Amino acid sequence: MKKKGLYLLFVLIFTMSVSLTGCGGSKETSGTGQNTLIYGRGGDSVSLDPANVTDGESIKVTKNIYDTLIDYQDGNTELIPALAEDWESSKDGLVWTFHLRKDVKFHDGTSFNADAVVFNFNRWMDKDNAYHQGDFPYYGYMFGGYKGDEGHVIKEAIAIDEHTVEIHLNFPQGPFLSNLAMPPFAIASPAAIEKYGETLGEHPVGTGPFVFKEWVRNDKVVLEKNKDYWMKGYPILDQLIFKSIPDNSARFITMQSGEIDLMDGVNPDDVTLAKENPDLQVWLRPSMNVGYLAFNTEKAPFDNVKIRQALSMAVNKQALIDAFYNGLAEPAKNPLPPSLWGYNNDIVDYEYNLEKAKQLLAEAGYPDGFTTDFWYMPVPRPYIPQGKKIAETMQSDFEKIGVTVNLVTEEWAPYLEKTGNGEHTMALLGWTGDNGDPDNFLYVLLDKDNAKGPDAGNIAFYKNDELHELLIKAQQSGNIDERTKLYEKAQEIIHKDAPWIPLVHSTPPLVGKKNIDGFIPHPTGSDRFTKVSFK
Amino acid sequence: MLAYTIRRLLMLIPVLIGMSLLVFSIIHLIPGDPAKTILGEKASPEVLENMREELGLNDPLLIQYKNYMLGLVQGDLGTSIRTKVPIAKEMKPYLAGTMELTFFAMAFALFIGVNAGILAAWKQNSWFDYMAMLIALIGVSMPVFWLGLMEQWVFAQNLHWLPSIGRSSIINPVHPISHFYIIDTILVGDFGGLLEVLKHLILPSIALGTIPMAIIARMTRSSMLEVMRSDYIRTAKAKGVKEFFLVYKHALKNAFIPILTVVGLQTGLLLGGAVLTETIFAWPGIGKYLYDAISIRDYPVIQSGILIIAFIFVMINLIVDLLYSAIDPRIRYR
Amino acid sequence: MSQIQHQTVINQMKMKERVDSPWMDMWRRLRKQKLAMIGGFIILFFILLAFSAPLLTSYSYKAVELPSRFLPPFSEGHFLGTDDLGRDLFTRIIYGAQISLRVGFLAVIGSVIIGTFLGLLAGYYGKWVDMLISRIFDIMLAFPSILLAIAIVTILGRSLTNALIAIAIVNIPTYGRLVRSKVLTLKEEEFIIAAKAVGMKDSRIIYNHLLPNSMTPIIVQGTLGIATAIIETAALGFLGLGAEPPIPEWGTMLADSKDYIQLAPWTVIFPGVSIMLVVLGFNLFGDGLRDALDPKMKL
Repeated sequence: MKKKGLYLLFVLIFTMSVSLTGCGGSKETSGTGQNTLIYGRGGDSVSLDPANVTDGESIKVTKNIYDTLIDYQDGNTELIPALAEDWESSKDGLVWTFHLRKDVKFHDGTSFNADAVVFNFNRWMDKDNAYHQGDFPYYGYMFGGYKGDEGHVIKEAIAIDEHTVEIHLNFPQGPFLSNLAMPPFAIASPAAIEKYGETLGEHPVGTGPFVFKEWVRNDKVVLEKNKDYWMKGYPILDQLIFKSIPDNSARFITMQSGEIDLMDGVNPDDVTLAKENPDLQVWLRPSMNVGYLAFNTEKAPFDNVKIRQALSMAVNKQALIDAFYNGLAEPAKNPLPPSLWGYNNDIVDYEYNLEKAKQLLAEAGYPDGFTTDFWYMPVPRPYIPQGKKIAETMQSDFEKIGVTVNLVTEEWAPYLEKTGNGEHTMALLGWTGDNGDPDNFLYVLLDKDNAKGPDAGNIAFYKNDELHELLIKAQQSGNIDERTKLYEKAQEIIHKDAPWIPLVHSTPPLVGKKNIDGFIPHPTGSDRFTKVSFK
Repeated sequence: MLAYTIRRLLMLIPVLIGMSLLVFSIIHLIPGDPAKTILGEKASPEVLENMREELGLNDPLLIQYKNYMLGLVQGDLGTSIRTKVPIAKEMKPYLAGTMELTFFAMAFALFIGVNAGILAAWKQNSWFDYMAMLIALIGVSMPVFWLGLMEQWVFAQNLHWLPSIGRSSIINPVHPISHFYIIDTILVGDFGGLLEVLKHLILPSIALGTIPMAIIARMTRSSMLEVMRSDYIRTAKAKGVKEFFLVYKHALKNAFIPILTVVGLQTGLLLGGAVLTETIFAWPGIGKYLYDAISIRDYPVIQSGILIIAFIFVMINLIVDLLYSAIDPRIRYR
Repeated sequence: MSQIQHQTVINQMKMKERVDSPWMDMWRRLRKQKLAMIGGFIILFFILLAFSAPLLTSYSYKAVELPSRFLPPFSEGHFLGTDDLGRDLFTRIIYGAQISLRVGFLAVIGSVIIGTFLGLLAGYYGKWVDMLISRIFDIMLAFPSILLAIAIVTILGRSLTNALIAIAIVNIPTYGRLVRSKVLTLKEEEFIIAAKAVGMKDSRIIYNHLLPNSMTPIIVQGTLGIATAIIETAALGFLGLGAEPPIPEWGTMLADSKDYIQLAPWTVIFPGVSIMLVVLGFNLFGDGLRDALDPKMKL
């Protein structure tokens, strides 16, 4: 009897403990006086050395550790002073003088000054520099190669005095200042570069609003308030944590349960749920991206423009947007997003017309269609959150005009490598703009300079000399009206040649707690948390 | 007993060597060049060559294998390509995570399985028996990953009772000492944290423990039935021993061996099931660690990780066999 | 243990003399197993669904119909609703049944053929052959099977065929060991010894005597093995290592719709239930077969 009683007691305790833990308030997650913001995101950073990465997840973090000479305004790509208080250029646009902010210290206590700026420029541009360890891919993209290369824009950086730097150019560059505002051209502590060398990416030291504290790979990056930040009174948060939760819906669940404060990469369908939730708010990031399907124009049958045009007519973009973006995107007709100056709104997109598409296929010598591979990315990206689904839908669309595609994918890194190497016939990809300049889309993604592997930005391997001339001309002009005309013309050429099917410009949603204040999503995709606080 | 133990241990040696050979060949069959993985496709041929030399990839396979084994014997599991951290160090928290989860899953499986099995046998052909066995039948056929999704849907997303992913609260993470979070929170007296850790354990433990629970329940029931029909239980009954006590003490003791076998077998299988459970519940365990390593081609991690899991697997089986023969010496001659 | 098996074999031999068709006998005994009959019925049901798929539905499993995405069950024309691409869920599930059943059967047949072959060799020839084969089995069994399967798919590349191959490979030792132990006991039987004495060729002994007499446990284990193979296929699919889109493999369907569990739970529930039911069917049937054919063979 005793034993039986004991057993029953045991059962009772067990049941109670289960129900207790079950019902125990999952709401009391945040303590009082919360001043830590946890940002849930889809992937880990590759490296925290912004000069050496191209991925958004890395830059998202470094944007808060480092400062650039010039910065963007909150919420748009207009330029404002940052580490440089002021600047001017010579008449010919070849010499730029920057007056640096005084009394700025790196997180390691060393002083920010003209020498530090020059040190960083030399590290980026000079392949023979002892600290040029890595690829510095963005530097190459934005400034036409490296020291000694034919198209290299920057001649040299010279420290005039403690707080003045001159940058001499080989030829004028239209988007020069916009380029300097990009996160990869952030100024790192020379002492830290000397100390850490190749491993700077694991020990970032900048002047930014937050100080690097800890990086647990695949889990989180922890940043702490920079108490000596030059912008007085900021930042407000004590701690900023970037938490990797790869699965979009899992991340949304943690958002709903209040375990994280803010998240990006929201599944469009979850936006509806977030809007209904009184504890949450939704932001839309202004669009500065494009998701596209690139044809490998070097491979048959996509070397034939008629084939490319035919397929362009077989995609119902609006239907894709309704289904996979919850309507939170615009159909794309140009590679440029419409928010950028230079966008050519006169272009009329290829209409969705299966009959015409078939006719074009027949004219091109494929009346019965053909079979090819269709690559889709394995991970959600802001411009294409659901690559696999879009691929399946387009597969079904193409089927209707007799084109059979086999869906192919790879892990994300090999995917980028292989498409950058031209191993695909057609592939989904996209781009989020960096500096708000049309050059950053058209030249990077469609100029023949970038159409060579490995690591081609132009994965259509589209080479058009006329376009190249226009783009280079625009790149070297300082006149915005002239540049606008050149880019409008460029878009006409691209439209006619159809190296891509531009699919969408998405306005990626972010979801966060209702009490978050001062958060303004930046179109570039990397946000500063300097002015963010909890109400 | 000692002789048997030694014999079993000796028999392990060829298996272990074979395992390492198999893993080694798997790694070298997976397409892709580790040096390229480290440097990216942008690397110049000279740098690539240096790196291959540095990693010893230019040596003949046999030499590479020998070097790997020499390292293993000295406890050197290699270094992760991605994080450049020694694997032995990096793997510890993941291993602890899996062990904690496996332990709880097994505890759940045993507690429910054994009790349900006993009760079902005790009340044979009652509605409880039928229900228990029906649930057990369904449990055996359950796809773990689906069960996990359903649990998340019901208990985390709809009822908001339990957290759906991770090992502990994201806001107040557990400060790792032993990496067994239960122990760590108790050590520092953080009982709020302990509760949090327990809450995180419930759903994945149930998902992972369901199949063994069902198997154990069926096994317990059938061996209990056999034992209860035996003469000495009948005698005991005749002597007037209280029924409940009887069932528990006498019968359970005799049903212990088959249950033990299943427990041993299932604990090993749980390590495999952990890959799926850990993926769904974003549980930082060895299964997810390995799965991630495979998807980014972190060869040393794949190699050593699989080997460690297989090693644990083999050891569990060995221990179970030894226990088995310690309890019932006849088994040995099987 | 060997006593028991010995007895079974003798029983079987007696049985063989008595009844003309062992299949009839098997059927008679099986019919008495209620649960097995339920299991068999479930299997039959899914087989029928799978094979009559084109008759049962007018939809295509791959034609995307975006305007009708996420229609709930019992919507007009969509008995089980539609998935996130507007494809009829019922259609995808019954075509998925084809895939799961086919992969399950083929994978088991693959592992049975190779496993039986190796098991016969090991059991009959003994000595170093047995040593070698048994150690290989030990080594393979030392890895959790799903992990080994993942590794194999990674080597071969992601596809349904490769998933099938991987599952077949990882399950070889199960059957190999079974056949080996069976052969070890059979070898001591008088009729085998007699056959050897009269100088019958090894190949004939194996083919005419050992193989047929090892069939019972293989059929039982194979039936249960199909259940395992189906779950493993789904698991690989769930991890993104199985069928390439748009193949409606159940595990892949689960992975695709798990993001919509709150919005459209039916897209997650039905594929999961289908996997569970089919697996349950094979488990019940296999259990019953075991009880009917080989009552002493337990786990």
